[in-house]
Amino acid sequence: MPRMTMIEAIRDAHAVKMAEDDNVVVYGEDVGYFGGVFRCTAGLQERFGKNRCFDAPINESGIVGTAIGMAAFGLRPVVEMQFADYVYPAFDQIVSEAARLRYRSAGDFICPLVVRMPTGGGIFGGQTHSQSPEALFTHVSGLKTVVPSNPYDAKGLLIAAIEDNDPVIVLEPKRLYNGPFDGDHDKPVTPWSKHPLGEVPEGRYTVPLGQGIIRREGADLTVLAYGTMVHVAEAAAESVDIDAEVIDLRTLIPLDMPLIEASVKKTGRCLIVHEATLTSGFGAELVAVVADACFYHLEAPILRVAGWDTPYPHAQEWDYFPGQARVGGAMKRVMEG
Amino acid sequence: MSGGLRLHVPEPEVRPGGAPDFSGVKIAKAGSVRRPPVDVDPAEIRDMAYSIIRVLNRAGEAVGAWSGSLSDTELLAGLKTMMRVRAFDRRMLMAQRQGKTSFYMQCLGEEAIACAFRKALEPGDMNFPTYRQQGLLIADDYPLGDMMCQIYSNRRDPLKGRQLPIMYSSKAHGFFSISGNLATQFVQAVGWAMASAIKGGDRIAAAWIGDGSTAESDFHSGLVFASTYKAPVVLNIVNNQWAISTFQGIARGGSGTFAARGLGFGIPSLRVDGNDYLAVHAAAQWAVERARSNLGPTLIEWVTYRAAAHSTSDDPSAYRPKEETDAWPLGDPIKRLKNHLILKAVWSEERHVQAEAEIDAEILAAQKQAESHGTLHTGPRPSVRDMFEGVYEEMPPHLRRQRQEAGY
Repeated sequence: MPRMTMIEAIRDAHAVKMAEDDNVVVYGEDVGYFGGVFRCTAGLQERFGKNRCFDAPINESGIVGTAIGMAAFGLRPVVEMQFADYVYPAFDQIVSEAARLRYRSAGDFICPLVVRMPTGGGIFGGQTHSQSPEALFTHVSGLKTVVPSNPYDAKGLLIAAIEDNDPVIVLEPKRLYNGPFDGDHDKPVTPWSKHPLGEVPEGRYTVPLGQGIIRREGADLTVLAYGTMVHVAEAAAESVDIDAEVIDLRTLIPLDMPLIEASVKKTGRCLIVHEATLTSGFGAELVAVVADACFYHLEAPILRVAGWDTPYPHAQEWDYFPGQARVGGAMKRVMEG
Repeated sequence: MSGGLRLHVPEPEVRPGGAPDFSGVKIAKAGSVRRPPVDVDPAEIRDMAYSIIRVLNRAGEAVGAWSGSLSDTELLAGLKTMMRVRAFDRRMLMAQRQGKTSFYMQCLGEEAIACAFRKALEPGDMNFPTYRQQGLLIADDYPLGDMMCQIYSNRRDPLKGRQLPIMYSSKAHGFFSISGNLATQFVQAVGWAMASAIKGGDRIAAAWIGDGSTAESDFHSGLVFASTYKAPVVLNIVNNQWAISTFQGIARGGSGTFAARGLGFGIPSLRVDGNDYLAVHAAAQWAVERARSNLGPTLIEWVTYRAAAHSTSDDPSAYRPKEETDAWPLGDPIKRLKNHLILKAVWSEERHVQAEAEIDAEILAAQKQAESHGTLHTGPRPSVRDMFEGVYEEMPPHLRRQRQEAGY
């Protein structure tokens, strides 16, 4: 089976769908001729023509706004926000328009649209290249939100997103583009070629939206994570020697509640980790649904480890990033609680 | 502070209590503006963004190069369509006052723009309207009863009670779902047109926006994308002088006209008498032909006047003189077309009165039929169960749980 980086897997997902369906068009800032600043669309314009993959003006609301019009026409646009931090000008188009079109028109018009964006920190990007805004999207009815943690899922989730008849937000942890990252920034980067999830099948396959997966089985504690924090949580469990079960949510909305519920009822303990800021983050929603579904099985309070409630700093990146030490420490506290 | 800086806040010519003054509105003589070929170099018609294309003169004659795009039969049909829109508005305004629905918006005085524009489009073309283009639907013979059921949010509401009154949607009639947020759909129209070009078809889009909303960034986004990709789209600005209580100068700023916004983008930009049914149709046809011939976008500022309140929640006497409507120099679109047709001896006062009565009866019958399916305040309303449908193609588990919790 071919081995791919997450970038190559994302590029391949585009290529598979563009070859299969003439209605798939791809555009964004630097996306066409150059192939994207992270190279996720490299070669697509050459292969599929300028009609199908092209450069857009630096205008996020225009990119998403035109894509909504294209989706209403019958195309399946896949647009890239260069960084998740740049999506805010497009917020009105995403929230008031893309997410609402099916509902408000009673199905007269639909919006099969994918908005991809690199998310998260770990690359010394400072406050405008490091944010994790997923909770802003999960709060909006009518949107689906996914966060892959590896090349296999990145391709399968993106294909599923392109085939979905509703708007899907795909947040791609940029620190994972070239290799898994467990939070240990002093260690040399491990390439995806050495990781089992760097094995990516050729051709079309999907990772269905709404399905999480257990990355590490365990009996004592359930860790709910997604994106980069899946790898951090796995490494933290090893380092503190706790038999933790690490769940990679993969899709935030719709959420795989049966998987979460079964695991927490089994372990009786739950830790939630995300890179995004703590307050009103998606972790708060997870705490609420776990408490609601599993309260009488819980042996300890549910804890969260998240980014501090500050803007994402530059120099202090590794004090901000919720690394193994904080995640491992929280695991111990949940076990003691 | 001792510096000389002062903030400039534009003010309209007059406020309530003052005498209406439209001396600043420069009106070109009917027939005086040339009609260039559709493949004209935009640089050669920059002056047209500052003039006004008019066909009907004060005597009611159709004059100049833009006249002659419609036959007498088509003009008579157009007159009746505008009368139908006005009668529909009158009935629905009354229905709102009677408490049968929550909200209504008329297009009084602006009927010619949507009604004539629709006639320049083909089936399959798509409008991205604002809330004041009901004429697009009525001119395309969309069932009046369906519009009323939407306004009443009743059991037969095509939108299942999910949208504010008048936020219609009809793909079959080339009428994109109205959002209610301003300007957002201007750029979507450009995207729809880009999609049509990508697929190599011959369908075109029409974007709609009001003078006030041109200040939104989505308007400028629309111009950027339309200009860059030469999208087959007609970019319509309905300048009815008022954005709720805010006069057009607040959005226009230092630009001479709204049409002139297009010049920096290299988009051919016209300014047209929006109360002149013949001028509207001729200019629309010109822009539509440009779009369909792959010549790209056209920006059109339709100069008109919002003769009524912004909506049923607005009272314009608080911010503009009551006499302003009558003083508006471009007159009333229905009266002007009526006079033209009478002058041509294909219409008469008697037939006009008779047509008014027929149209009123038609609207009343549709209203009775619609009300038999319910009104917002008496019901029956769309089901609560249905409130949870259509958020996604398939209902996700969390919404199913919430529907059960709500008791459905």
